[in-house]
Amino acid sequence: MSSVPERILPEFVPGARTAHRALAHESAVGHVTGGATYTDDIPEPRNLLHAWVRLSDRAHAGITRLDVEACRQAPGVVAVMTHDDLKAATDVGPVAPGDLVFADGEVTYWGQALFAVAADSIDSARRAAMLAEVKYEEREAILDIRQALERDAAVSPVRTIVQGDPEGAIRGSAHRIRGQLAIGGQDHFYLEGQVAMAVPQEGGDMLVYSSTQHPSEVQHLVAGVLGLPDHAVVVEARRLGGGFGGKETQAAHIAAIAAVLAQQAGRPVKLRLDRDDDMILTGKRHDFLVKYEAGFDPDGRLEGVDFMLASRCGISPDLSDAINDRAMYHADNAYYLPNVRIVSHRCRTNTVSNTAFRGFGGPQGMMAIEYVLDEVARYLGRDPLDVRKTNLYGVEERNLTPYGQVVEDNILPRLFEQVERSADYAARRRAVDAFNRENPVLRKGIAITPVKFGISFTTTHLNQGGALVLVYTDGSVQLNHGGIEMGQGLYTKVAQLVAEEFGIALDRVRVTATTTGKVPNTSATAASAGSDLNGAAAVEACRKIKGRLRDFAAGRFGIAGESLRFEADALHAGEQRLCSFAELCKQAHLGRIQLSDTGFYATPDIHVDKDTMRGKPFYYFAYGIACAEVVVDSLTGEYRVLRADVIHDCGQSLNPAVDMGQVEGGFIQGMGWLTTEELYWDDRGRLMTHAPSTYKIPVASDVPDDFRVELASWSRNRAAAVRRSKAVGEPPLMLGISVFHALKDAIASLAPKGCSVHLDAPATPERVLLAMERLRRATDPAAAGEPVEEDAES
Amino acid sequence: MKRMITVTINGEEQELAVEPYRSLLDTLRVEAGLTGSKKGCNVGDCGACTVILDGRPVNSCLVLAAEVDNCDVRTIEGLQHAPDRVHALQDNFMQYGAAQCGFCTPGILIMGKALLDENPDPTEDEIRFALAGNICRCTGYTKIIEAIRHTARQLAEERQGVES
Ligand code: FES
Ligand code: FES
Repeated sequence: MSSVPERILPEFVPGARTAHRALAHESAVGHVTGGATYTDDIPEPRNLLHAWVRLSDRAHAGITRLDVEACRQAPGVVAVMTHDDLKAATDVGPVAPGDLVFADGEVTYWGQALFAVAADSIDSARRAAMLAEVKYEEREAILDIRQALERDAAVSPVRTIVQGDPEGAIRGSAHRIRGQLAIGGQDHFYLEGQVAMAVPQEGGDMLVYSSTQHPSEVQHLVAGVLGLPDHAVVVEARRLGGGFGGKETQAAHIAAIAAVLAQQAGRPVKLRLDRDDDMILTGKRHDFLVKYEAGFDPDGRLEGVDFMLASRCGISPDLSDAINDRAMYHADNAYYLPNVRIVSHRCRTNTVSNTAFRGFGGPQGMMAIEYVLDEVARYLGRDPLDVRKTNLYGVEERNLTPYGQVVEDNILPRLFEQVERSADYAARRRAVDAFNRENPVLRKGIAITPVKFGISFTTTHLNQGGALVLVYTDGSVQLNHGGIEMGQGLYTKVAQLVAEEFGIALDRVRVTATTTGKVPNTSATAASAGSDLNGAAAVEACRKIKGRLRDFAAGRFGIAGESLRFEADALHAGEQRLCSFAELCKQAHLGRIQLSDTGFYATPDIHVDKDTMRGKPFYYFAYGIACAEVVVDSLTGEYRVLRADVIHDCGQSLNPAVDMGQVEGGFIQGMGWLTTEELYWDDRGRLMTHAPSTYKIPVASDVPDDFRVELASWSRNRAAAVRRSKAVGEPPLMLGISVFHALKDAIASLAPKGCSVHLDAPATPERVLLAMERLRRATDPAAAGEPVEEDAES
Repeated sequence: MKRMITVTINGEEQELAVEPYRSLLDTLRVEAGLTGSKKGCNVGDCGACTVILDGRPVNSCLVLAAEVDNCDVRTIEGLQHAPDRVHALQDNFMQYGAAQCGFCTPGILIMGKALLDENPDPTEDEIRFALAGNICRCTGYTKIIEAIRHTARQLAEERQGVES
């Protein structure tokens, strides 16, 4: 097979041979030939059984009878596991308990796992699972945020961030508005659904192939349900067909079910969820209800803001605390809020436990402040762009976040300037306004929204990574690290870093499947931190090995170690090539020098006070900006994105081709979240949108007609992240917020200046139409921005 | 009860024993051992399982194996010209970075191939339309569309080269 090709993209760091280059994905050949193996493609072991999980069909009910005898007797069935059959742990909650493997006498959401069957085929397992007799006694269910708030149902206590005197500042402001915004959730729809295959090993050990972003946690939780120490369980994942946060904690449940069935049956078991069941059984992005009150001056400069952020967490804590913390940490987005209060409610509902999703609460926090700024602009009858720029964080002053971290690396002013120029904003704003004056039916809107996203797990201890680098005597290198490859190009980037360190070609580095047997106790590949943590760890391992090689060579060649360089597949001293890298490795081995090592990295310089939430939770910020233009049919609410211009900051990109892909894909995924992807639960708590036929994910025809994406190649990470690059996994998702605001802008064109434009997310065509209808009725400018009555000024 | 079918997969005639309700996708993945075609939804909505059946693209999860008796099926494994020579579409997907997690890629490549077979010079809109049944959750489609367009141009040039 031909070696991976290189795409021609701007070179970021001319001196580097491998790092910073637009090299193809390390699995590119496998991807395009069908040879890349995903969990469901692993050759099936002899005696493999297939599992099926029976789901509850009540949102909240006591289980008065669960009789699985008929399932056990059904043809082909080898094992049936209910809660009562579990021998050890029964809960797979990642941080706190609450996520039962199987329901225990009570179901707490529609679609909860009742029991599972392993049989000789999926069909037998499925048929058998339907034979159980289940009787319920229905209980009252709390299904949405409002109900939960009314009843004080929460998975964890309310948290608050306060800075300055928000109440006083709002009271003393020339203008005030208040209002609320509902933000929908999102299904991950990783193209490869949840899947695990558990294979019993000798001595009762278990090997689990799992499509997971967090093998160490799967290992620990599977060991728990099997009643084994962690060392008896190995979890392996070569690649995922997408994760997006949906396989950070959710994969453990799937793996645990496969593992307990395998243990029971003494045979390998594969559980590959049917797509509908996957969408029903596993958590999603949290939907939010935002209430706000804001006071501002006549220029639209915010003086005080009071936010209430409430999210639907579902039945258990899962990662909801960290997610809601991050929402709070991003309710400032790019703007200086001198006086602010952010109150966060973590609502418990009888719905599936919501979980990590690209952005991890950050997008919802950003939506809140962007919405407020847009409403401020509507109230004042000004271009939202001006109001956004007025409120932007300063570079040297006005740079304190609500949580006490100083924004030290602000590049937003430059990004605004750049996108206004490249997107030709001023002229297009005039053209949009002119178009709207002339067209009664079609309406256009345009908006620019920025992204400032904090990089680091806000749970400080998770900011660590490990790697194992093995150099062989022929100079080829095997690399293993704790990160998961889920399409984001992590394996490629870390391999590039290793090749760069040793000065060898990329094809001399082979990345092997992530496994708990090689690098232990890893953090999830999440928080965009994959390459920061694992890349830095791999570099450290390389440097240890290089140090030994250098010492060895210094003795051998009689040259000072510092003058030795690893480049062009060889060892050099000044201009002189001393020997090939392979030769060096061979000689070093004969000289009894250790050619392998581990590397470890812990992000320095971050800390948070758990009680006040103040401190420096983030090592640095990643930035981006987007300008979107839409056209809306005001009679139907249908719309198209005509053009989007994006400039995104990856610092000194480790691989511009990979990063461009992350930016483009993130934008579209964010756009989908805020436009067409609508999750709908009926009044019994049943998810009605559980397949792509009813849940509308953007397809090729939804991509902006004209889509221009650039990386801010001039940006360098001020923090000492690996090779001054910046994390890129999550931040671009929030560029999609620009599309929501372009839609809001188009809707606003129907109303006189000064009118509030209410629009909840996702802005489906239906919601857009209803918003337009509302405005057509309300032509009274006094209704603008739902102002606080006594202070309303025009 | 299983029944025997004869089907030509990637140019090779095979006899397979299949259950009457078995989908073509499962038959390819399990009985024929060709796991390149992916199962994304199993209900005809994602396109990950796309194969070419008698010259036309189909969602193989919606076709029963029993229906393809005496038919010709082409899967991702049959797209390359030789073990070491990939199809231009495959090459361009690599060049353009059109695959991220790669799970949608086989289905999209097959759809792209079917499109170019029918319409060798598609406009961007025609490509977007042809791909509207293939979900990709990672890439945002831009690189996929570019790669298909570029392939069309390349193949056109090759054809002209042959003619002149
Ligand atoms: S698996 Fe066939 S269309 Fe999704
Ligand atoms: S590359 Fe992941 S779904 Fe398309």
